[in-house]
Amino acid sequence: MSFNSLWFILITVLWVGYFVLEGFDFGVGILLKVVAKNQAERRAVLTTLGPLWDGNEVWLLVAGGATFAAFPEWYATLFSGFYLPLFLILISLIVRGVAFEYRSKYGKSEWRARWDNAIVVASLIPALLWGVAFANIVRGVPLEKSSTGAIEYAGGFFNLLNPYALLGGLTTLSLFVTHGAFFLALKTEGDIRTRSNAIGIKMGLVTAALAVAFLGWTLASLTSKGSVVVGSLIVVTAWLAALAANYKGREGWAFLFSAVTTAFVVITLFLALYPNVMPNITTGGVGLDIFNASSTQYTLKVMTVVAVVMTPLVLIYQGWTYWVFRKRINPNQIANPESGVLDSIHS
Amino acid sequence: MNALDLARWQFAITTVYHFIFVPITIGSGFLVAGLQTAWYRTSKEKYLRATKFFGKLFLINFAIGVVTGIVQEFQFGMNWSSYSRFVGDIFGAPLAMEGLLAFFLESTFLGLWIFGWDRLSKKVHLITIWVAAIGTLLSAYFILAANAFMQHPVGYEFNPETGRAELKSIVAVLTQPTAVSAFFHTIPSAFLTAGALFTGVAGWMVLKGRDSEAARPVMKSGLIVIVLSFILVGVTGDWSARIMTEQQPMKMAAAEALYETKANAPFSLFTLGTLDGSKSVFQIALPSVLSFMSTGDVNGTVEGVNDLQKEYVAKYGEGDYKPNIPLAYWSFRLMIGFGGLAALFALLTLWYMRKGGLPRGKFYLRTMIALPFLPILANSFGWIFTESARQPWVVFGLFKTADGVSPGVSAGSVLFTMVTFTLLYGVLAVIEFGLMLRTIKVGTDMTPVQTGETKTLTMAY
Repeated sequence: MSFNSLWFILITVLWVGYFVLEGFDFGVGILLKVVAKNQAERRAVLTTLGPLWDGNEVWLLVAGGATFAAFPEWYATLFSGFYLPLFLILISLIVRGVAFEYRSKYGKSEWRARWDNAIVVASLIPALLWGVAFANIVRGVPLEKSSTGAIEYAGGFFNLLNPYALLGGLTTLSLFVTHGAFFLALKTEGDIRTRSNAIGIKMGLVTAALAVAFLGWTLASLTSKGSVVVGSLIVVTAWLAALAANYKGREGWAFLFSAVTTAFVVITLFLALYPNVMPNITTGGVGLDIFNASSTQYTLKVMTVVAVVMTPLVLIYQGWTYWVFRKRINPNQIANPESGVLDSIHS
Repeated sequence: MNALDLARWQFAITTVYHFIFVPITIGSGFLVAGLQTAWYRTSKEKYLRATKFFGKLFLINFAIGVVTGIVQEFQFGMNWSSYSRFVGDIFGAPLAMEGLLAFFLESTFLGLWIFGWDRLSKKVHLITIWVAAIGTLLSAYFILAANAFMQHPVGYEFNPETGRAELKSIVAVLTQPTAVSAFFHTIPSAFLTAGALFTGVAGWMVLKGRDSEAARPVMKSGLIVIVLSFILVGVTGDWSARIMTEQQPMKMAAAEALYETKANAPFSLFTLGTLDGSKSVFQIALPSVLSFMSTGDVNGTVEGVNDLQKEYVAKYGEGDYKPNIPLAYWSFRLMIGFGGLAALFALLTLWYMRKGGLPRGKFYLRTMIALPFLPILANSFGWIFTESARQPWVVFGLFKTADGVSPGVSAGSVLFTMVTFTLLYGVLAVIEFGLMLRTIKVGTDMTPVQTGETKTLTMAY
């Protein structure tokens, strides 16, 4: 296997890691006000994410950095081309991170209500836009060769909002909401758990319909389908297993299967893409693939050594964090839920 | 303004802003780890109080550092796509390594530290803050190595066929003296900043009569950190200046607004005038100091801007190779000046405290509270100097900033994102500063945790 293919696989792995992990973060954020009705419950919901969200988000930074290192042409074309959607994602991630860290510092209800709204909106926007972005990558976008020989994006913002991409966005949005509900059902006790389970099954059915439509559309527009069919079948099977586990009250299995589903949605999209990384939708136009977008073999080799040594280590210590914080959170465990750490002021 | 100017402004705004929080985070991460180690070793409750209190300040900063850091990594692709294509083969590698080796470590172990007070043994919990702190150092190293490539490209070859720079030796990129000296200049500056923050907060505690048991050791250690860091900053600054003179002589000439090549070149502390090469109205200058800074020899010859301009035209072709000289001149002085002022204050206060006393004067303590702003300004001016005085190059001698901008992104798009980032960052700065003040006002007291039927969590959002 060439280093170019290996790096295509590694980039896939990084995006799988990102969407499996931050996918449920987004879902939990979106569901914050639906599953949690009072301060203790809201704080319990956010505490399930507390030790995890930042580590989850690093998968995005590494996916971005690795794309820069391994496929600089892809990085440059994608990020300058999908300018406004990426900007909206960045703004959302900024607001969301700060909201998590700052919201419970004060007990004032307006302060918290504002941050809660911020968390909901700033989780929803990226959950939707990532799907839109990836669907566009798979579908192909208009690309042009510039005077310097670079392959640049040649569509505008609204070009990205085509029906197929919007369906992709709704699919990831709905998938992440369900994934988040399954996570909360596994990580909480009491009413939050009951509500999350109920939302999980409802949103799970919506997701099933959207995913079948989206993957069907993806298949219909491809010429060679073999591996994509297999990927899609795994997605569907894993999702049915997740819903069945949820129905039977097996929360651990439901979450595990929704993680497998999320992983295989990403894998299937990358299979549909291979060996391209950014196909050109304009007939006869040149697109970006794993060869013309890549770094030199030397850089790929260096990065392979780093990735092969470091990734298992990261998985071990991140896995350990999940183990340390495996216990369910009960809203009763939140001491003084109405007040924040900065409320007690001396005269 | 065109897309290029706006993209430059955007980079300047987002980067200077990001770097307000980074040094505080790096330095205070280690200082908090030190306090917790003191608690672990002695079991004295004052150290636990101080750990938790400064831990809060550390985390309030860290949050902003993290979220603004995401922008840093993505704006190369968004606003500087031609630059990304040109250097991606080299520049992407340290960025990816930073994520894989450092960001994962910082974020995961910090999560363990914040929420692990009642889940981990005392010892393992202490280790988590140290690991997170070491993660911040690794992160700094990789990004400084990437920046060092822009100051002094090494370990690469230009491929005329693709028109791109290609990596030939990652070891050269990661170990070149430009990177090493920058690291050992930046890290002590971060400690100096955190030391000033600790001192400022301790000053406030003394002024308000809070927790004097903890205030004294915090103040003293903060001051010692400032003085020791400043010595290191000075030594590595001198080292960096010599490297800079050799690699980027134009930058050194701009730092002194030295137009004509000179032996025994003086270093001016202050100039009234236009700095355009005409005679200045008024100047205080230290004879031969610039020669010594640049070459290590008081008689050394320092090349002036005009000769260098001619040299560069001969080497790189027609063009203006002069950076913004007044900006270089003043940012260089303000960097040294603000840092030096902080160190001087620390030294005086330590002298005053040598027999066990504490400064009590209201004016003196108020000045102490403002101390953290000095190193923050010094850090900002240091980066403004080193980045702006490299212009017109983005990668020195190899690639110009003007050629790096994204050709497909309109000025309107850059303006829109720049304004939005600036407004959002402004709002976040106000909130962050408010929370810092509030945290300081609440102080080191720990409200006892209520115990109900279920064991309550020590830490919850």
